[in-house]
Amino acid sequence: MSEHVLSSKMYYGIWIALMILTVVTARVAFIDLGPFNTVVALVIATGKALLVVLFFMHVKYASEKLVKMVIVASIFWLLLLLLLSLADYGTRYARHG
Amino acid sequence: MATAVITPERENYLNQEYGIKSWLLTVDHKRIALLYLVSITFFFFIGGFFALLIRLELLTPAGDLVQADTYNKLFTMHGQVMIFFFLIPSIPAVLGNFLVPLMIGAKDLAFPRLNLLSWYLYIIAGALMLHCICTGGVDTGWTFYTPFSTAFSNTKVVEAGVAIFIAGFSSILTGLNFVVTIHRMRAPGMTWDRLPLFIWAHYATSVIQLLGTPVLAITLLLVVFERVFHLGIFDPTRGGDPLLFQHLFWFYSHPAVYIMILPAMAVESEVIACFTRKRIFGYKFVAMSSIAIAVFGFLVWAHHMFVAGISLYSALIFSALSYLVAVPSAIKVFNWTATMYKGSITFTTPMLYAFGFIGLFTMGGLTGLFLAALGIDVHVTDTYFVIAHFHYIMVGGAVMGYLGGLHFWWPKISGRMYPEWLGKFAALIVFLGFNLTFFPQFILGYMGMPRRYWQYPPEFQVLNVLSTAGSTILAVGYVLPMVYFLWSMRYGKPATENPWNAAGLEWKTSSPPPTFNFDQPPVVDFEAYDYEHIPEVEEVPVG
Repeated sequence: MSEHVLSSKMYYGIWIALMILTVVTARVAFIDLGPFNTVVALVIATGKALLVVLFFMHVKYASEKLVKMVIVASIFWLLLLLLLSLADYGTRYARHG
Repeated sequence: MATAVITPERENYLNQEYGIKSWLLTVDHKRIALLYLVSITFFFFIGGFFALLIRLELLTPAGDLVQADTYNKLFTMHGQVMIFFFLIPSIPAVLGNFLVPLMIGAKDLAFPRLNLLSWYLYIIAGALMLHCICTGGVDTGWTFYTPFSTAFSNTKVVEAGVAIFIAGFSSILTGLNFVVTIHRMRAPGMTWDRLPLFIWAHYATSVIQLLGTPVLAITLLLVVFERVFHLGIFDPTRGGDPLLFQHLFWFYSHPAVYIMILPAMAVESEVIACFTRKRIFGYKFVAMSSIAIAVFGFLVWAHHMFVAGISLYSALIFSALSYLVAVPSAIKVFNWTATMYKGSITFTTPMLYAFGFIGLFTMGGLTGLFLAALGIDVHVTDTYFVIAHFHYIMVGGAVMGYLGGLHFWWPKISGRMYPEWLGKFAALIVFLGFNLTFFPQFILGYMGMPRRYWQYPPEFQVLNVLSTAGSTILAVGYVLPMVYFLWSMRYGKPATENPWNAAGLEWKTSSPPPTFNFDQPPVVDFEAYDYEHIPEVEEVPVG
């Protein structure tokens, strides 16, 4: 097991970054960006998720194959959920016949 | 060696410590398996009680025993209790918990305390569910469909949702423990291609539990939030979409069927190899078919939504993908049959359950193909055809597998033999009772009897009477094993370490095993199902 201990400073730093990004999400929600409303919200959310996964969950420093496999599988499964749901949403109101 | 000396006084996991504390604070995977066994049996009989009330109500066409509201609650709680509190934990949490470390030659699971936590989460969830049942229950159907669950039902939706949310975490922790254990704790020489197929199937099951269950958890949480805070995720008047709930719910709940059936398949591979005295035909294909089922199982969910208003194009895709799952399932069934070909078959109780499993699972699986076909699905959606189909998979498949496995490993678990003739008798009763209960429902459904109604037109009565009669026979078949298993714990003949003369590491330690499973850490220098190198004994000793 490769133990990589992060300093508590680092943890607080990440936590503050997450809080700032939460405030940014809330602020941006009050500005109308047209079609970019969802895009901006999702980009910030993805950034926050990355911070949590990489630092809080130690994935950045994980050298074990099993951990990497779990991450890849999780992302793949998320894509399955999104893509196959979009197969419905993308074509639900299309005319057929 | 099949002729080990019987040593009933030997120290083992059951007699090492006594007292309630030694059970409630145990971190031994075998004791936790027994804790699960007792708890899921309790919930099985609660769910079964609801089922019997449903069948009694349907004995006559009129709604006479209960009224519509009560009936809605009965089928909802039957489904929720049976699925989330019995079927999903059944084989993994009881037999899997007991056997995964034994089969791979480990002392315990990778995270023993997490294992105990998972049982406590299950108990908390179960207590909440019981409270929900006793204080009015819930009537949404086990599927919690929106908008009924979020906007209209005035029953205990939040409480049931939270109970299942917590039960989900218990399931995730079991899956996590198995994945890490199988990767990290295998005995020297236990390579991936020497793993028993029981382990392969449990690995596949764990992947589904890990990757699917969080989606169910967040979906139920969204239902709770929408109900309490009126969020609008599923409410079209606030920009939401009620079908989004069905997408998210079935993304987990379709693969959940494979959480139930894959472990039953795991049991069958062990039982069939042992009682035909042969290596499983096409070992690698059967192993890989478990992984294929786990992956393909996630690509088919919207076949539950063909008439719900999803796009025709996506319905076509999901219909085609649904046929894919039949391929690995058929590989398993064909390979088990090929294993039996020219095998030396013994008709013991576990083997009778295995035969029952193959027949009933095949019928359930093939009628699943009818339902995957867009045209037929429109005709039979929400009819008793669907009910019969999934009971053939979940009860005919998963419960048969569970009972077969419980009989097969009972000597190892309890150190005692159950009465074999009574076991065979109960297996036959279960098979007959099951078919009498559910086969008529195929016909009823095809004739158009809808599910979830408390009354029906009189022309459906004969078949419904047959079904109700069958359910009482089935109930007898389920009570019998409980009675003779309990009896055998005190009066059963002591079991040798390998009463079936079976292959596998779990049979190389005493019955019941010592707390740390093996006196000497095992080293594996043989393939799985090495039956050609196991000397024959005169006959299989039975209790």
